[in-house]
Amino acid sequence: MSSSDGAPESWISSFCQLMGHEFFAEVSEDFIEDDFNLTGLQSQVPMYKEALEMILDVEPEEDEDEEEDEDEDEDEDEILGDEKPPGYRRERRHTRVASDLSVIESSAELLYGLIHQRYITSRPGIQQMLEKYELQHFGVCPRVYCNGCRVLPVGRSDTPGQETVKLFCPSCQDLYTPPNSRFHSVDGAFFGTTFGCLFFMTFPDLEIGPRFDAPLSTLSPTRSASFPSTATTTTTTSAGTSNQATSDIPRPVYPIELNGMRTVNFCPGLGEGRLYESRIYGFRVSERSRSGPRMKWLRMKPADILELDEMSYFKTLQNHDDDGDADMGEDKAQNADSAIAQRKKAPMRRRRYNPDQMNINGVEG
Amino acid sequence: MEDFNSETDSDYTSYWRDWFISSRGNEYFCEIDEEYLTDRFNLTGLNTEVPYYQYALDLVTDVFDLDADDDLREQIEKSARHLYGLVHARYIVTTRGLAKMVDKYKKGDFGKCPRVMCEGHPLLPTGQNDVPNMSTVRLYCSKCEDVYNPKSSRHASIDGAYFGTSFTSMLFQVYPALLPEKSTRRYEPRIYGFRVHASAALARWQDRYREETRSRLRDAGVEVRYLEDDEDDELEDEDDEEIVETKERVAGDGASGRMDIGN
Repeated sequence: MSSSDGAPESWISSFCQLMGHEFFAEVSEDFIEDDFNLTGLQSQVPMYKEALEMILDVEPEEDEDEEEDEDEDEDEDEILGDEKPPGYRRERRHTRVASDLSVIESSAELLYGLIHQRYITSRPGIQQMLEKYELQHFGVCPRVYCNGCRVLPVGRSDTPGQETVKLFCPSCQDLYTPPNSRFHSVDGAFFGTTFGCLFFMTFPDLEIGPRFDAPLSTLSPTRSASFPSTATTTTTTSAGTSNQATSDIPRPVYPIELNGMRTVNFCPGLGEGRLYESRIYGFRVSERSRSGPRMKWLRMKPADILELDEMSYFKTLQNHDDDGDADMGEDKAQNADSAIAQRKKAPMRRRRYNPDQMNINGVEG
Repeated sequence: MEDFNSETDSDYTSYWRDWFISSRGNEYFCEIDEEYLTDRFNLTGLNTEVPYYQYALDLVTDVFDLDADDDLREQIEKSARHLYGLVHARYIVTTRGLAKMVDKYKKGDFGKCPRVMCEGHPLLPTGQNDVPNMSTVRLYCSKCEDVYNPKSSRHASIDGAYFGTSFTSMLFQVYPALLPEKSTRRYEPRIYGFRVHASAALARWQDRYREETRSRLRDAGVEVRYLEDDEDDELEDEDDEEIVETKERVAGDGASGRMDIGN
């Protein structure tokens, strides 16, 4: 125990250092040792107890079943005191049958993944993932107009064995397959469906906007789009004006937060000027053409972000109905009408007297 | 190499171009025909763009025999690659060039779309500029109509002007049958199974935008269809026949889906 320098690293850290496991955070042993955090996992993982022992580098107790629990507790206490598990215990594990070990090993990986899914939504876990995020451990969005926005690993299902890990880009709110094939065997459930959005709601001030210096980089798509190239000089005007429209016209004062997200951080990679327009010899392909654009909606965002404030639209609609408010612009009313009509259920009804929401009413302002 | 006279037969003499398109990092390029390269009309204006133009052209067409020192040779080599790229951008919008690129597209030589909802749709190389040295090559997915950066760094340094802005659109004008069916599926961010309001509000707005575009186009006599429309139609058909049963089934699916997320 005294030779802690040369002590073999814990199962957890060696697991996280494996090839393809770069996305994983090291779950703290405190978290695993709290039984509450493991609720329900026993039924999901075969050889649960052995797997848990392996994760925690606890010596397996095979002889006396009755005393097993007590012994385990003692072991855990020891580990808590020593921080590092003593080395000789790892040696003793090899006494197990090899086939048994491989089953336990895979069970341990499954169990660790499921614990990891819970851990990264906890306070220390999400903090750990923030450090990894800021170091760009998860890579960047492959989409050109997201300007290398950093992405997060997420799953599409919380049940293991369904789908592999995907990458969530906050700039375009879309999912991508990790470019490196080593991640194509990592289970998405080990990160879970909740983590992606919860992360950005936990750290709302996290800068997710353009990261490359736009005026300097020749690779910036915004610059190259507005730059009149010789072949497209005559026809870039529309794109040019739309670019200017987003930057030159003074915007109305936006609320800092809308729908629970910072407005500056809300999908900076989407909207007019940040979507690809197919062109032939500089001329845009008409939407009436058979090969015309059909997916613009996917990368669109209202120029006026207040259009997303469904509460205030609902409110204006209410005013319109109740008072017959003549001041209201007709198109706004139509928008509101269609907004309501599009929705089959209106869950915001119960919040309609929320005074905060009325402050950011686009019509009054 | 000097023994061969390239002007007579083209099949045996494309050494440089063979080498170029088969070398690592140049997988996106197709081979330009000898006839296209030797037609001066196709190279209009490139002599001002490429240094050592004549030498570079000779090298590309395998008639280069100049005893140059290593430095000069290297520069000519560089010019030749540049020239090949610029001619390539012109070539791939011709009938023959398009056909070659379609073959490569069908083989998936340009990679697959990284977007999960596109389910590995093959990509096409495109440039965001027709002027060299402005931006690198991008990859266009015809399913989501967006452009992505190549995942390999050896492709990330290729000039986008070697493919040009017109190529992808031209390809689908000429081969409209290759247009994929578009999908309205999207990723819905969720927290503990509940959709996130900000994302859902945007999604509703985007759906409205799509439907507005669709009805505008319908007024103009253009019918826009998405993959999911067919499924909806099928569902509606089923509804007509057995309304009660379908509803029950849907409700059951919804509940099981929610439980799935709860795990």
